Amino acid sequence: MGLSGVMYIYLPIAEVSVNAFILLGLGGLVGVLSGMFGVGGGFLMTPLLFFIGIPPAVAVATEANQIVAASFSGVLAHLKRKNVDFKMGGVLLIGGLIGAGLGVFIFNYLKSMGQVDLLVKLCYVVFLGIVGGLMFIESLGALRNANKSNVLIKKRSKRTWIHVLPLKMRFRVSGLYISAIPPVLVGILVGILAAIMGVGGGFIMVPAMIYLLGMPTRVVVGTSLFQIIFVTAFTTMLHATTNFTVDIVLAVLLLVGGVIGAQFGTMIGSKLKAEQLRILLAAMVLLVCGKLAFDLVIQPSELFSLGKVSGH
Amino acid sequence: MRSFFGYLSLALLTLVSPVLSQEIVLGLSKDKIGITALFDGSDILIFGAVKHGETLGDTPPLEVAITVASPLAPVTVRRKEKRLGIWVNVDSVTVDLAPNFYAVATTGPFSDVVSKVEDLRYKISVPQMIRLVSAPVDVDDPTVFAEAVSRIRENLGLYQTLPNAVVLQDDTLFSSSVRLPANLVEGEYTARIFLTRSGKVIATHQTSIDVRKVGIERWLYNLAHEHPVYYGLMSLAIAIFAGWAAAAVFRLVRGA
Repeated sequence: MGLSGVMYIYLPIAEVSVNAFILLGLGGLVGVLSGMFGVGGGFLMTPLLFFIGIPPAVAVATEANQIVAASFSGVLAHLKRKNVDFKMGGVLLIGGLIGAGLGVFIFNYLKSMGQVDLLVKLCYVVFLGIVGGLMFIESLGALRNANKSNVLIKKRSKRTWIHVLPLKMRFRVSGLYISAIPPVLVGILVGILAAIMGVGGGFIMVPAMIYLLGMPTRVVVGTSLFQIIFVTAFTTMLHATTNFTVDIVLAVLLLVGGVIGAQFGTMIGSKLKAEQLRILLAAMVLLVCGKLAFDLVIQPSELFSLGKVSGH
Repeated sequence: MRSFFGYLSLALLTLVSPVLSQEIVLGLSKDKIGITALFDGSDILIFGAVKHGETLGDTPPLEVAITVASPLAPVTVRRKEKRLGIWVNVDSVTVDLAPNFYAVATTGPFSDVVSKVEDLRYKISVPQMIRLVSAPVDVDDPTVFAEAVSRIRENLGLYQTLPNAVVLQDDTLFSSSVRLPANLVEGEYTARIFLTRSGKVIATHQTSIDVRKVGIERWLYNLAHEHPVYYGLMSLAIAIFAGWAAAAVFRLVRGA
């Protein structure tokens, strides 16, 4: 067992041997980014795990477990500042649990057909492309108008289809009186994505909460983290019991790197301007998206792939 | 190498098996391999001696082939094709049985040591180990899929053809070293020795090597597969504790 500079760790569930420092480094890198940008980082970590050769099924399930830790860590700070709308979180959670169940069902069905890698990668290309593109355009605009103070945020006084739906509920912390249907639908969508992509879904949920539900920005992050803990915990359990693909050794290594990285990220983040941060994040999201898309389009050097026979 | 003869004398006592007129006495540097958390592969030394039951006349030289194989298991092989601009898995073939790991080491070039007929009979070379019995009807070229198994696993270092990798001294003592890579599957591995003359097998011997996850690897793997609910809950507990600990440490660092 040579320990010459590199330390290989045998992952018991993934059944591959990987350099522990690469995993700590990846965890740290994504931790820095999540600290800088205030994002969960699952949407970057899962594709990076594909790139270093972790089987996608293991990457997705393990990432769900890691996000539980990251979100729990984050929500504690928001609880202190009373920035969590529990009632809204609960309604989103109902949708989230339904969505996660649906997502794992779709995941397992496509896994049995040998198409799960494609599904996961396509989801990434589509969602990273949309989110990265929108963020890039928006932050370019913001950068141009940086010195003028005409921030173009439309107030949510407008009455839309959201306000004519039945099942209205009062959400005191958010100061909203709206139908429960849109939050449940948002929850379902994010739950499906969490299960299929191994992400918390904050990058979809936060914009949806602000622009679709009209929640005040103050409570958005805390509430979304609160909901993400339970959805990813549920997803972890579903993957662990149906696919046996949660690798706790991998999760712990990523966690350690992530926790340290987030510290540095927060420090770097506080020194940069918000617009610069967002354009950097957008560029990175588009880069990962481009790499994944490129791999799907270009002819692979090996057209064949091996898989376990299902129901071994 | 100092313990070589120690092993040898032990092997002489325990592993003598009468085969034809030549006998093989075999030793392994280890017959158990534990996959630990820090497992990064293992070298295994296979050595032994040929006991000659007849006087050496004007016979062709003795050759040795050594194989090490993991347990056989079915494999699903999928082939990608371009559909709507992207590469998608389209066809799949299930190869009935193939080892996850297979190494074959010989004293000379493989074709000199083992003839085609003997290879078919004893299944020694890599292609012989991949068994495609029930060829599917909807794929016209199933053998391409079997070849893909050996190509992919060769590239991963899991299938090794090692000509000139067995040293044979005085037609009597032989030894070879086989590298087992880190990405091994568990199970009862089989080491086989073939003694040949002019490509014809004249004696064989077989022994097993036990490859198992041990320690925490074993425990986690068993827990994940036998009690997935507990394993899932444990993973969540670790995650929540880590999250809480991280937040607590942050507070301390910032508060200081």
